[in-house]
Amino acid sequence: MNHLFRELAPISAAAWSEVEEEAKRSLQNFLAARRLVDFSGPHGWAESAITLGSIETLADGPVPGVDGAKREVQPYVELRAHFSLQRAELDAIERGHTSPDLEPVVDAARRIARAEDLAVFHGYGAAGIVGIAEASPHDPVQLGESFGEYPRWVAMAVAQLRDAGVEGPYGIALGPRCYAGILETTEDGGYPVLERLRLILGGGVVYAPAVNGAIVLSRRGDDFEISCGQDLAIGYQTHDADSVSLYLEESLTFHAHSPEAAVALRYP
Amino acid sequence: MGSEGLHESEQRLSPATIDHHRAISSIMEELEAVDWYDQRVDATENAELGAVLAHNRDEEKEHAAMTLEWLRRVDPVLDRHLRTYLFQEGSILEREHEAEHSSGGDAGADDDRSTGSRPERGSSDGSLGIGSLQEASQ
Repeated sequence: MNHLFRELAPISAAAWSEVEEEAKRSLQNFLAARRLVDFSGPHGWAESAITLGSIETLADGPVPGVDGAKREVQPYVELRAHFSLQRAELDAIERGHTSPDLEPVVDAARRIARAEDLAVFHGYGAAGIVGIAEASPHDPVQLGESFGEYPRWVAMAVAQLRDAGVEGPYGIALGPRCYAGILETTEDGGYPVLERLRLILGGGVVYAPAVNGAIVLSRRGDDFEISCGQDLAIGYQTHDADSVSLYLEESLTFHAHSPEAAVALRYP
Repeated sequence: MGSEGLHESEQRLSPATIDHHRAISSIMEELEAVDWYDQRVDATENAELGAVLAHNRDEEKEHAAMTLEWLRRVDPVLDRHLRTYLFQEGSILEREHEAEHSSGGDAGADDDRSTGSRPERGSSDGSLGIGSLQEASQ
């Protein structure tokens, strides 16, 4: 048994399988940052931090004539999204029920995916994570309400990256305010704006509900990295006669190795 | 026509086992081709032909890697061992010793994480095996 204590849950193998499949399907649908940035790991639950390669020189040496410098690391943060399932629903799976109510799994997947994406795109100060948008040294591109203008704004962002010597292909994370609008908008010639963006970027358009505005970033690799200790897993908390309390959990951190490889697009 | 490489009656084999067999056979063929190309590159005295053969050989390596990745995704035990040994530095044998005797976060340990009531799916650390989704957005 490991730290997830799954063996203690009153859940049959068939029900575990259904719950895991639902969680996996939902997470693959909701997670956005993992589609755009590098991912290393899982390095294991016991891993606690990533090495940054930098040091903090200490004011006082331990003895006269000896300097001290502290290695700087960035700790992993543990994210946990709780959910509860009705035992009757889980028991029904064992009897062959094919459409159990697993909505709490979907809801937890949505929450933890949003937490991960928010940390990557906009940071998580309490965990020492600086997000892509905040780390970028470039002036944000100002967005307006005309979705037909998006190709021009995105081209401006790409030009900023090229000017900074950042090669493509480029990708974009689109927040909720603009995604639906872009999806429905066609230019004068009837060509979908979404397809135009794909042509300009060359590296993918991703719907990212956690993003405020949009972020254009290089996908050449080695610029942005999610480092993962324990990848997303389901653990067991407790149970009573009616329900089982579980959680989705992961340990990770995010680091922008090349902050200049992204440009934020923001609404005024 | 079935594969000649099957060692048991096809009727007794699951579709998953047959797919595994296809992938394993394919990896064997690709790596065998790499070996053949290596020898031909060494042997030819024509530089242009040697360059073409070397190029073709390196494409076979890509094919082998892609198929191995497919196999890793459907075989949790292989996944565990690849995570233990690939892209590491230092002694491979010491890595094996660590994996066999560690009960920490090492994904390669054959400890109790692969037993019990947990269904045999996903990764050996109990995770859902999500990992990178970069391919999905291409």
